[in-house]
Amino acid sequence: MRYDNLLASVGNTPLVGLPRLSPSPDVRLWAKLEDQNPTGSIKDRPALRMIEEAEKDGLLRPGCTILEPTSGNTGISLAMAAKLKGYRMVCVMPENTSEERRLLLRMWGAEIISSPAAGGSNEAVRVAKRVAEEHPDWVMLYQYGNPANALAHEESTGPELLADLPSITHFVGGLGTTGTLMGISRFFRRAKPEVKVVAAEPRYGELVYGLRNMDEGFVPELYDPEMIDSRFSVGPRDAVRRVRELIDNEGIFAGISTGAILHAAMGQAAKAVKAGEKADIAFVVCDAGWKYLSTGAYEGTIDEAEDRLEGQLWA
Amino acid sequence: MAIEVRIPTILRTYTGGEKAVTGEGASLSALIDDLEAKYTGIKDRLVEEKGGEIVLRRFVNVYVNDEDVRFLGSLEAPLSDGDAVVVLPAVAGGC
Repeated sequence: MRYDNLLASVGNTPLVGLPRLSPSPDVRLWAKLEDQNPTGSIKDRPALRMIEEAEKDGLLRPGCTILEPTSGNTGISLAMAAKLKGYRMVCVMPENTSEERRLLLRMWGAEIISSPAAGGSNEAVRVAKRVAEEHPDWVMLYQYGNPANALAHEESTGPELLADLPSITHFVGGLGTTGTLMGISRFFRRAKPEVKVVAAEPRYGELVYGLRNMDEGFVPELYDPEMIDSRFSVGPRDAVRRVRELIDNEGIFAGISTGAILHAAMGQAAKAVKAGEKADIAFVVCDAGWKYLSTGAYEGTIDEAEDRLEGQLWA
Repeated sequence: MAIEVRIPTILRTYTGGEKAVTGEGASLSALIDDLEAKYTGIKDRLVEEKGGEIVLRRFVNVYVNDEDVRFLGSLEAPLSDGDAVVVLPAVAGGC
């Protein structure tokens, strides 16, 4: 396939069947390989769309500085697009994210402001909002509340899934900004309303939930629970176990958050088998495992991997 | 009937520092009442009155066997012996 430039090649990712992990010919699992986007993650879609919308609105002009709270992937995608489009990129990132993500951000020319590990992305959002106030001329695209994030998936990821898998019965995605699930659900609620939309939410170690009080909690502005049929919390143990099953059985080398999503997808598959129903369950492989090798998730026993992930923002 | 309830760091002041406690109840609201009887004050941190109705607080997430109770009937979500309940504050995820 030929494209005019790298940005034009975002999206149109392959959907591959998982014959070994699927429980039966009637209940099938399908992986959408979002790691095959230009910077290696699903975030290329919303990042590019948020930039394009901001350009259209006149918010982003040549030479502008983009600011974003990110644990890595969105920042990496924004940094690549910013480099090609001539913007300066500043990321606010929690300290407890993998070293690979920092290296990649710097490689694409982004500057990094570190936020405290305790409080995870919550703190990154708080720090970014403060920095934005100090620099009113910087443009914060703000993935947690930017409608263009969900729109990217409503207009690309969703239609691609339906075109490749007209018999789709379930979509399972990761819940972070909620943009993937909101956008894809909005598409299916219109195009094929019987598709069940299932959220897999990573459950981190206690450090990440270290709020000083409950009022500091955070629900992304994009989140609309009406768009979701069920939501599961998946801890590092199940995520690591599933990410290894994905390599062992299907040869797919995915990042840890994809393990959490696969876990929820397998739960839906088991349910369909029990109910004697046919199911075509699609889920996203958000990114590949390269950026997480240093976390130790891919070697040793599951117990060891689980211990190593404690306190890390692994998704 | 015993249900294990995992308590987030921020609410352990109510449970004497315990990470996990045991409670009883055929629904989430009954379980919360049972917890309140043993750990006075905890209920008020989990639920609030909104328009004359008792609802889960906005930044409180409760999971029964890893599934978000808001999709299982919220406070009316049925519970049975051996269920595992996890309470967590809503926080921003990795993105």
